[in-house]
Amino acid sequence: MSKKTTSDRSGRGRNTGRRHPLATVALLAIGLMTTGGAYAAVTTAAAADETASPAVTQSTIDEGQVLFDANCASCHGLDAAGTENGPTLIGVGSAAVDFQVGTGRMPMARNQPQAEQKPAQFTDEQVTALAEYVASLAPGPAIPDEEYLQADGDATNGAELFRINCAMCHNVAGAGGALTQGKYAPTLRGVLPQHIYEAMQTGPQNMPVFNDLNLSPEDKADIITYLKYIEDNPAPGGFRLGDLGPVAEGLFMWIFGLGALVAVTVWLTAKSH
Amino acid sequence: MTTAPTSTPSTLPPTRTARLTGAAANYIDERTSISGIVKELGRKIFPDHWSFMLGEVALYSFVVILLSGTWLTFFFQPSMAEVHYEGSYVPLKGLEMSIAYASALDISFDIRGGLLMRQMHHWAALLFIAAIGLHMLRVFFTGAFRKPREINWFVGFVLFILAMAEGFTGYSLPDDLLSGNGLRIIDGMVKAIPIIGVWISYLLFGGEFPGTDVVARFYSLHILLLPAVLVAALGVHMLLLIINKHTQFAGPGKTNDNVVGVPIMPVFAAKAGGFFFIVFGVLTVIAAFFTINPIWNYGPYDPSPVSAGTQPDWYIGFADGALRLVPPHLETVIFGYVFSWNILLPLGVLPLFLGAVAFYPWLEAWITGDKREHHIADRPRNAPVRTAIGAAGVTFYAVLWAAASSDLIATHFGLGIEMVIHTLQALLFIGPVVAFMLTRRICLGLQRKDREIALHGFESGRIVRLPGGEYIEVHEQVDEYERWKLLAYDDYQPLMLRPNARGQITVGERIRSRLSGWFYEDRISPVNQRELEESSHH
Repeated sequence: MSKKTTSDRSGRGRNTGRRHPLATVALLAIGLMTTGGAYAAVTTAAAADETASPAVTQSTIDEGQVLFDANCASCHGLDAAGTENGPTLIGVGSAAVDFQVGTGRMPMARNQPQAEQKPAQFTDEQVTALAEYVASLAPGPAIPDEEYLQADGDATNGAELFRINCAMCHNVAGAGGALTQGKYAPTLRGVLPQHIYEAMQTGPQNMPVFNDLNLSPEDKADIITYLKYIEDNPAPGGFRLGDLGPVAEGLFMWIFGLGALVAVTVWLTAKSH
Repeated sequence: MTTAPTSTPSTLPPTRTARLTGAAANYIDERTSISGIVKELGRKIFPDHWSFMLGEVALYSFVVILLSGTWLTFFFQPSMAEVHYEGSYVPLKGLEMSIAYASALDISFDIRGGLLMRQMHHWAALLFIAAIGLHMLRVFFTGAFRKPREINWFVGFVLFILAMAEGFTGYSLPDDLLSGNGLRIIDGMVKAIPIIGVWISYLLFGGEFPGTDVVARFYSLHILLLPAVLVAALGVHMLLLIINKHTQFAGPGKTNDNVVGVPIMPVFAAKAGGFFFIVFGVLTVIAAFFTINPIWNYGPYDPSPVSAGTQPDWYIGFADGALRLVPPHLETVIFGYVFSWNILLPLGVLPLFLGAVAFYPWLEAWITGDKREHHIADRPRNAPVRTAIGAAGVTFYAVLWAAASSDLIATHFGLGIEMVIHTLQALLFIGPVVAFMLTRRICLGLQRKDREIALHGFESGRIVRLPGGEYIEVHEQVDEYERWKLLAYDDYQPLMLRPNARGQITVGERIRSRLSGWFYEDRISPVNQRELEESSHH
């Protein structure tokens, strides 16, 4: 899919005429057939999501609907239009569902300030089915392309963007932090690149939405690159102490540093019996 | 001291090295008359108690700070001119930053042993101030600040403040995001001072914050002025320590007029020298294995971002906590000028608290009217009100300190941050009062127990059936040495309110007598000789 868009772009960019004269026609034919085929398969017009993966079939959507009715509808309503216990899911897109269900935040265990991350309740296939079902209701942000999830972007740019846009809640090293009313920004360690991207795109819980005009897909990829860099490379200074900053350092020095030395003073002044 | 080897039995001819040392010692002594000092100093006696070595931990970590700090000055460049980072830390490559930050990064990544030295310097600074704090608590709770040591207490307090100033200026030098955020808070506090605040801020930063001067200015303070004053004050502290002699805990043969312990030469010097290397070693191990202030995470200073979990180093935490605990919206507007009480209030309360710490010895001496010299350290229980005041002060400080990490308390214990703040706000007022009352009661209870043990011995756990069928538990008497500790303390009475020479009762005297009553109205008198004799008869 991504390859197709890039070749499309470059083809239009430089019309060198090196291609076979019929190439454009063939491409058009293929394009029309794919679109038509997809249209036939996906009866609802709304499902024509610009980046919907070719695996989307009516049966996946149906499977997703069954799962939705059984697990989500009690709060979000049978038509996913929301109830007083849960918001509407019309237009949240597959990215939001993939993030919320894929990280185990949904279904929520209980009513609490924010949905907590927990072991995912569904298999990957089921998560996809749910995501496709919700995406089929109305267009919305889709699950991101693989090309942005490789963590091979510009770490410096990512780090700077992270400090400016994310660090005030998630801490400079992504260790997380407190928000108001019992809510919090979770740690970003061990979060899949796909989920990081989806969180930026959909703004789950208290997080603001960082749309593509705010942080372009490349910027998001850079941020993922930075987060994966500090996660995958050993900490230069030794044990990180949770990356929590001076509080952890002070506590460590009082308890272990001074504690050890007080033990030594007791030993030095101990009388032999 | 170096002449010691020559004092071997005279039957043996002195060895060649011994003769050489003797000659060298003589050479120096004839030109400096140093033997008097060495004799005096070498005979300085240190009583053996673990709590008397806490000041040494501070002293030795200061030596580590001096050594590692000097090394860091070889490579650190305190300039705020902009460069593009070309060092080896990938996520900062090509970024524009100040030379100060770039050189701090170079020390961390591109200079051999640099990161170890940086971490040692910073860890040692945390230990230095922590050890000072613990040392001060020891001196306070044992009453070792009383005459003739009041001045040395004050000098020690000055050292504590200087150490914090050193810490804060050092924290600001790397010019990373964290240090810049810290400076911004100081800038805000300075600017909150009515009328002169903005002027001072512009003077300090050489223009609008952050300017391009502050790192170089703090560098001068950090490596030149503050250490010079600190070392001078340290010298005075040591000198007074020798002049005043050491306190000791009461015990048989340990009186107010002597000091029982080991002399500096040779025993204590050997111990202390060894202890220095232990402190050095512990700091090295910690610096080698545990990250401190990972400046590479924070990035160069930029006034717009602030990281979650931005805190000062622990010793400034109480001030940060005070700012966090002040309720919002406390502002008055007078003639178009805003008075930010939410900043001015902590700015006023903290100096009051620190002032109370600094001048406590004189305060207590005035209240108790005690003009005697004290060389015997009190057991904390034997001065219930002082111990309770100390506990209240510790609680007050601890609440402010905890408030500085309110966000981390909230996330790590699954609490709402508002609840944490409101709880701490209440504790700031209730905590010290509760701590005072509890501590005083506990002290009095312990004194009563001591009295009981001195008079009737302790319960041995051995139950004996008497011929008449009665069961008793045998009480065993404590031995003489143990009993001494239980008996040896001063008995104070509340001051009587008496007219002065002109027959007047001044307001000051009234307050004093009231305070003295508060100090001593509930007290447990030490066991006297008559009671002791009576008790030994049955």
